[in-house]
Amino acid sequence: MDWISLSPEEWTAVRLSIRVAVVATLVGLPFGLLVALALARGRFWGHSLLNGFVLLPLILPPVVTGYILLILFGKRGPIGSFLAEHFGIVFSFRWTGAALACGVMGFPLMVRALRLSIEAVDARLEEAAGTLGANRAWVFLTVTLPLILPGIITGMILCFAKAMGEFGATITFVSNIPGETQTLPSAIYTFTQVPGGDAGALRLTMVSVAIAMLALLASELMARYANRRLEIE
Amino acid sequence: MTVAVDICHRLGNFTLDAQFEATDGLVALLGRSGSGKTSIINTIAGLINPDRGRVRIDDVVLIDTVREIFVPSHRRRIGYVFQEGRLFPHPTGRQNLLYGRWFAPREAGTDFDGVVDLLGIGALLDRRPGRLSGGEKQRVAIGRALLAKPRLLLMDEPLASLDEARKAEILPYIERLREQTRVPIIYVSHSIAEVARLASTVVLVSDGKVAAVGPTAQIMHRLDLFPLTGRAEAGALIEATVERHDEQFGLTELRSHAGLWRLPRLDVPIGVRLRLRVRARDVMIARSAPSDLSALNVLSGRVSDIGSRHGAIVEVRLDCAGDVLIARLTRYSVQRLGLSQGTPVFALIKSVALDRRSLSGPIRGMSGADAAADEV
Repeated sequence: MDWISLSPEEWTAVRLSIRVAVVATLVGLPFGLLVALALARGRFWGHSLLNGFVLLPLILPPVVTGYILLILFGKRGPIGSFLAEHFGIVFSFRWTGAALACGVMGFPLMVRALRLSIEAVDARLEEAAGTLGANRAWVFLTVTLPLILPGIITGMILCFAKAMGEFGATITFVSNIPGETQTLPSAIYTFTQVPGGDAGALRLTMVSVAIAMLALLASELMARYANRRLEIE
Repeated sequence: MTVAVDICHRLGNFTLDAQFEATDGLVALLGRSGSGKTSIINTIAGLINPDRGRVRIDDVVLIDTVREIFVPSHRRRIGYVFQEGRLFPHPTGRQNLLYGRWFAPREAGTDFDGVVDLLGIGALLDRRPGRLSGGEKQRVAIGRALLAKPRLLLMDEPLASLDEARKAEILPYIERLREQTRVPIIYVSHSIAEVARLASTVVLVSDGKVAAVGPTAQIMHRLDLFPLTGRAEAGALIEATVERHDEQFGLTELRSHAGLWRLPRLDVPIGVRLRLRVRARDVMIARSAPSDLSALNVLSGRVSDIGSRHGAIVEVRLDCAGDVLIARLTRYSVQRLGLSQGTPVFALIKSVALDRRSLSGPIRGMSGADAAADEV
């Protein structure tokens, strides 16, 4: 059974992947909510442009997305140098960069799920809350947010899953540095490139499958709970 | 309290151009569907910002397009009971009821137990809206609006989505609401029966404009308004006092200015005043006192007005010692009987024809089941 136990390096890759995916999902969520709200409810110039921009990573080859990130967020990139200078946030060749790449790739999926659930919210309920004295922020917190909870869960799971599997953009943007930017897919890829790496690749593959299954189960349970609370006639 | 509305608003190719003032009690906005009633109360509630106009409650200006005042709906303290209830699906009945309390002023006023009692919703508090019937939902929705301590309550056809039995279940609660709370109500409806039973004042809306405003009976008795109020359901309102119960035949005797009325037994104590609605189509006219007749209600009076004589059907208004009755006759009968203003006549009304559904007053004992049985 020895071949099943993971080596310390492999554990590092697993932990890093989970951390990257969790950070990508959690940091992406507020932005996703804002963009989804703007797309679902907003009537403004550039609506379709924003929509297209958000969906872009879904359509572009991941390598292209990674390269664009490298240009924009690299050490000398316009955004990357600004953030490094003023906030001390460095992306290039760091795990934070991997999280950024994963977040950008998962973002369209999350926004899509959120937008659909926001559009499904009955605006007449929000009107009713308004006549009861709630201002817009309260209406959002007490009516809209609980109603879109299933959509939030779906969006987060989709983003998490995408982040766990993200390879092309990550490896292009932050390379494949063990312990820093080597996530599960990059580790598996590395194993397949060396002689005798089959066992390691297989072990990490099974880990990937297990994490994916767990995430799906968790989402199923949470969605069921949220739906039971909604139970519309 | 006075609500003054003077608004102009275009919605597609429909133009709303309504002016009226409403004071205390229950004011009904009556009109056909699509006449603009809901748009008017949506404007009062702050859900529509009109192209121009003013809305004010007493001295508080809610909308004034000239002075660019528009108080957002959450700061108006106007309760709204929507046609479809619009309960929040995620919290329980209790949480729905308490939603507005967070934002309401803390002064003493409508208390939770009082409202729950008034609407009979104690058993529904722990259920989510998905498990409530249509009538129960509407009662919770009324309670939710009341507990936000509104200075005015708007009701948009709260019974329209319910079947007859559920309507009969809720009507008594709305009557109690009118009698027991101090909150003035603006009630939107297209049903004359509901309005006759509930309203103290009627604002008749037609094609986006206010066609007439006045006390309920006055509006109902105007023959010229029948095309707008709905001819088929037109009728007169009579105030009558319960005088005696005839247990042997299961009848109740009431007295009004016009004379004695006999109805199938009502579960109402003697001495109580009721408002009867007598539909024009249920009234027959005779020139001489009839004998050997099954109809129990025979009232003498004079013709006071005759409606438009175009078409086959003519409405005739009678003055019966101060009470108004309206009869719907064929033009042929009017001619044959030689009816004209002042002609002495007898009005005949079958007891079983009297519209019990729109009887109003303190009819506490009448349960929803009884009322439903009457429909058959």
